[in-house]
Amino acid sequence: MKLNLSPAKLYKSLNLTIFTAVIVFLYIPILILVIFSFNDAKIITSWKGFTFKYYQLLLQNTDIKYAFQNTILIAVLSTLLSTVLGVLTALGLENKAFKGRKGIQLLIYIPLVIPDILMGVSLALLFNFVRINTGMFTVLIAHITFCISYTIIVIQSRLEGFDHSLVEAAMDLGAKPAQVFWKVKFPLMMPGIVAAALLAFTLSIDDFIITFFTSGRGFDTLPIYVEGTIRRGAITTINSLSTLMITFTLFLVVVSKRIRKIIL
Amino acid sequence: MSDIRLENLSKDFGSFRAVENVNLEIKSGELFSFLGPSGCGKTTLLRMLAGFEIPNTGKIQIGNKDITQLPAYRRQVNTIFQNYSLFPHMSVFDNVAFPLKIRKQPASTIKSSVLEMLSLVKMEDQHAKYPDQLSGGQKQRVAIARALINKPEVLLLDEPLAALDLKLRQHMLIELMNIHDLVGITFIYVTHDQGEAMSISDRVAVMNQGKIIQSGPPDDIYERPSSIFSAYFIGETNLISGTVSQVHDDYIELKCQIDKDEFLELDSTMHFTPLPGKELTMSLRPEKIAISRSKPRTQDDINFVRGTIEDILYLGTHTQYIVRVGKLRIRVFSQHKRVYFDEKALDWEEPVWLFWHDSDTWLIDEVASDTSPSGSDLEIASPYSRAVKKLGNQRI
Ligand SMILES: Nc1ncnc2c1ncn2[C@@H]1O[C@H](COP(=O)(O)OP(=O)(O)O)[C@@H](O)[C@H]1O
Ligand SMILES: [Mg+2]
Repeated sequence: MKLNLSPAKLYKSLNLTIFTAVIVFLYIPILILVIFSFNDAKIITSWKGFTFKYYQLLLQNTDIKYAFQNTILIAVLSTLLSTVLGVLTALGLENKAFKGRKGIQLLIYIPLVIPDILMGVSLALLFNFVRINTGMFTVLIAHITFCISYTIIVIQSRLEGFDHSLVEAAMDLGAKPAQVFWKVKFPLMMPGIVAAALLAFTLSIDDFIITFFTSGRGFDTLPIYVEGTIRRGAITTINSLSTLMITFTLFLVVVSKRIRKIIL
Repeated sequence: MSDIRLENLSKDFGSFRAVENVNLEIKSGELFSFLGPSGCGKTTLLRMLAGFEIPNTGKIQIGNKDITQLPAYRRQVNTIFQNYSLFPHMSVFDNVAFPLKIRKQPASTIKSSVLEMLSLVKMEDQHAKYPDQLSGGQKQRVAIARALINKPEVLLLDEPLAALDLKLRQHMLIELMNIHDLVGITFIYVTHDQGEAMSISDRVAVMNQGKIIQSGPPDDIYERPSSIFSAYFIGETNLISGTVSQVHDDYIELKCQIDKDEFLELDSTMHFTPLPGKELTMSLRPEKIAISRSKPRTQDDINFVRGTIEDILYLGTHTQYIVRVGKLRIRVFSQHKRVYFDEKALDWEEPVWLFWHDSDTWLIDEVASDTSPSGSDLEIASPYSRAVKKLGNQRI
């Protein structure tokens, strides 16, 4: 076989190599995790045979069940609230006549760069200071706090590309301000809103550090529970739990793709 | 019927006056154009009519209803926006149905009116498409259908053809005229393109720096410009400064300096009566001037000028000559008619006679100044010829 190394070909094969490497490094660990969740052994050292045992254990475990319910509850509520607040804030900041616009915009960016641990500690201190008992309520507040910056920015970026003449066109055709909003502006913001909501949801499900500082004892979310369990060395149910979570995430990705297609 | 009346309409942006004291009456059913250079306030004027800008002073009336302060959604006025502004998340059908849905009309009525409107603009077979699947011309048609479906009293069009290519522009222009004839409502058309405005309109208002300079039927504005601006902006013209030397019953004698102590004696019919000694400007359209090697037969009401050909531009349908008369450069358009070709073609630096009818020396009661397009420079009949002259020099 003749080796034909034209620059374009070289570039192409290099591209392919890098792509493959990235895929391998990203997904091999996940694949191993999934495979070993079916391993019939107490610790991951070698393959001992196929089993569903740990999935059964998982389903029987009430702690996990509660942690899962908590996670979902917090994720849904914080997504809902941070998205609604994000929409309102983004719309409010659109008003160029509003004086404090620049300052608020800065305040919105800051939480994105503050380390999670700082945010967690400061929230914990705050809750302590105003004497709110840690628990579901404080976790919810914390999650909304760190999600809202993201939702605002995602929605703002959608609004930035918004053609204001569409609003005028709608008014021109007889739409009152409320109708303009609901029939034209809101539908066109929708992809941004959905993207913001999905982002908030994943951020919330995923969060460990801030939750750790604001949950206190007795309110575990899945990440907190997983960390505790691993610390105690019981790793097997965690593999199966992670596999389920991966499946769920994949499902979310597919759904979000669908939603986007429908909306756009 | 519902005529539109604009009274003392002005609009300021900060300290900048975008529209100044516009007074105008637009008849119901008319196709009326605002014509002016970019930035002269056409869009601002249209936006006041649509309800997107509130005038600082003045009044807008449709019929005997004062709509000056009425919000856009309450006006029986619809707009075709410069970039069409179709709703990207709605199909063609839904875009056109939008004004009816807003008014909660029954679905059956909506369907039949939308299809009727779409067939008016020849888009009925495209109703399921989305705006990003349409060409510029098709978007325009949808925008027209959407704007007309509510049966507004007035349709506003802001440079509707600017985004289309030349062929399509000519085609859409005719189509717009047809649609205007069919629906019979008032169209107010804004453009900086004199060709569009002249060909489509019943009447034109020429605008400059926020003010209406002149309004009237296209031929009136072309043949009888009331100011240097409208003479210069519409079509092409030679602007010559002169002084009234004698006023007769039916014509005026004028004197124009064409060199240090050389003067040209021109005659003009008059549409106003200036006093002797008054300085004014004459507009002489290039196509009204005849050019010949031999001196024509002397007639009472004809002006003769002797000059030298400085430049010749062959333009297919006609030839443009630049003729030097003293310090003046006069532009002449001459059509190629075989029947007049009794002599051999005119040549560079050839002495020629220019002649035209007295009534084609159009008087403008204005002195050319630095700010007017002809400049204070007597030497150049119009600034355009400066470029032409340069071109000519290069060739020689
Ligand atoms: N919202 C605005 N704020 C400030 N100046 C404006 C605004 N709209 C238009 N202008 C100014 O008013 C003038 C007329 O603008 P416009 O009506 O758009 O002109 P045209 O449509 O004839 O090109 C321009 O000089 C423009 O810069
Ligand atoms: Mg404009």
